[in-house]
Amino acid sequence: MSGGGSLVGGVLVAGIQITAVAVGGPLLVGIMRKIRCRLEGRIGPPIHQPLLDLRKLFSKQRMRPEQSSWVFGVAPVVLVATSVLIAAMAPLATTRPPFGRTADFFAIVFVLLLGSVSLALAALDTGTPFGGMGSSRAMTIGALAEPALLVAILAMSIPAHTSNLPALVRIGLVHPQLIASPERILALVSFLVVILAESGRLPVDNPSTHLELTMIHEAMVLEYAGPDLGLVTLGESMRLALLLGLLVNLFAPWGIADRTGAAAFTIGLAALFAKVVLAGIGIATFEVFTAKLRLFRLPELLAGAFVLAVVAAVTALVVR
Amino acid sequence: MTIRSILKAIVHPRTVTEELSSPSPDAAGTPGLAGSLQIRHVDAGSCNGCELEIASAFGPVYDSERFGVRLVASPRHADALLVTGPVTKNMVGPLTKSFDAMPEPRMVIALGDCAANCGVFRGGYGVEGSVDDVLPVDVRIAGCPPDPDTIIRALRGITGR
Repeated sequence: MSGGGSLVGGVLVAGIQITAVAVGGPLLVGIMRKIRCRLEGRIGPPIHQPLLDLRKLFSKQRMRPEQSSWVFGVAPVVLVATSVLIAAMAPLATTRPPFGRTADFFAIVFVLLLGSVSLALAALDTGTPFGGMGSSRAMTIGALAEPALLVAILAMSIPAHTSNLPALVRIGLVHPQLIASPERILALVSFLVVILAESGRLPVDNPSTHLELTMIHEAMVLEYAGPDLGLVTLGESMRLALLLGLLVNLFAPWGIADRTGAAAFTIGLAALFAKVVLAGIGIATFEVFTAKLRLFRLPELLAGAFVLAVVAAVTALVVR
Repeated sequence: MTIRSILKAIVHPRTVTEELSSPSPDAAGTPGLAGSLQIRHVDAGSCNGCELEIASAFGPVYDSERFGVRLVASPRHADALLVTGPVTKNMVGPLTKSFDAMPEPRMVIALGDCAANCGVFRGGYGVEGSVDDVLPVDVRIAGCPPDPDTIIRALRGITGR
C-alpha cells in the first residue's frame, strides 16, 4: 500500500484518507463544540450533530442571490476540491502517500488556502455590504498570516534540507531530537497561530457569533443556502481537520505508518484520529477561556507569529 | 474560575434535564428537518418579553442546542423563521423578505400571544396584524411570554428529538 509501489494501493490510501477527513472533519467540529458546551456548563448537541446538519443542508433547495455570477457557485466546489486533493496526497496516516514526492509543504499549504481566496471572491460577488466587509477582513488577516506561515515552513525545511512534506514528517520519526529543536518549537507556535487565524477560530474570529459587525468568516458565507452552504461547511471542517492533521504529524509524528502494509496503515489512521482529537480538545478548551481580539489588535498577534517564525528560521540557520 | 469549578461544570452541567417536559407524543419530527433545525429569529414588533425567554431557552440552563436546534445569523442558513410580536407596519417588508430568502423546506413559528393575535397591541395604529396575516404559520407557541420549557417542547416537536 504505497504510492511508489502499486497503483491500487495508492488509490486505496488516497480513498481512505479522503473518507477519513470528510467524515472526521465534521466530527472534529462536533467534538470541539461538545467540549466548549461542557466547559460552559451545558450538555450540548451530540458530536455527530454537524453530520446531521450536513445531511439536511444537502437535501434543501438550491438558492442563489439573483445578482450573483458563476463565481458564487464555483467557490464552495473549489473549497471542497482543494481539501479533497490535499487529503489524498498529504502524509496523514502514512508517510508514503500517493504522489508523496510532489507533496511539497509550500504547495500543500497554499493550495489549502486557495479556498479562502475563492470564498472571499464569492462574498464580493453577492454584492452585499457584509460580504464585502468579510472579504476585506479575511484578506487582511490572510496577508498578515501567510508570511508567518511561509517563514515557519522555511524554518522547518532548513535542517531537513527539503520542503517535501512526507520527508519532513519522516525526519521527525527518525530523529526525534529534531522535534524538540528550538526552530521547530518556535515554528510550532507560529504555525498554530496561523491555523487559528485561517480557520476562523478564537481569538481571531468567533465561529458562533450572531453579530454581523464582528464577523469575519461568517460574514462571507451569509448568502449561502442549502447544498452550497453544505459544501462550504464541509470544506471548512475538512480544512480544519487537515491543518490540525499536518500540525500533529509534524510535531508529534508517532504512530504514523512509515512502512507499507495494511496493519501499519490502520495503526497510523487510529493514531491520526487520536492526535487530531487531542489537538481539537486543546483548542476548544483554549477558546472557552479566551475572548475575541479586537480587529485592530489582530496585526499584533499575527506580527508576533511572524517574528517567532523569523527567529525560528534564523535559529535553524545559525544553530547547526 | 478554579480548576475545581471547571471540573464540576463538566461533570454536573447546570442544564435542566429532569423537570423538562418531553415533546408531545404526536411529534415525530418534521420531514426534512428531523434532528437538525436552524432558526432565524425576527422581532416583528415585540415588547422584548419573548426575546428574554428565547435567550434563556438557548442559554446554559435550558440549552436548546442539545436537541439539534440552533439560532443562526442569516435567513439563508435557516429552516424556520421564529417571529415574535405583532407585525408592525414597518416590519411587514423585512419579514416577508426574510421568509423569501429562506430555502425550502421552510417553516414559520409564531412565538407568543402577540404573534398569534396581536395581544394587547391589537388595533394599534402601527400594527398591521398578526403573523398569520403576513406569512403562512406552521407552529404556534402560546404564552405571554411563553416560558422556555414551552418553547423547547415546541422545538423538540419539530426536530423529533
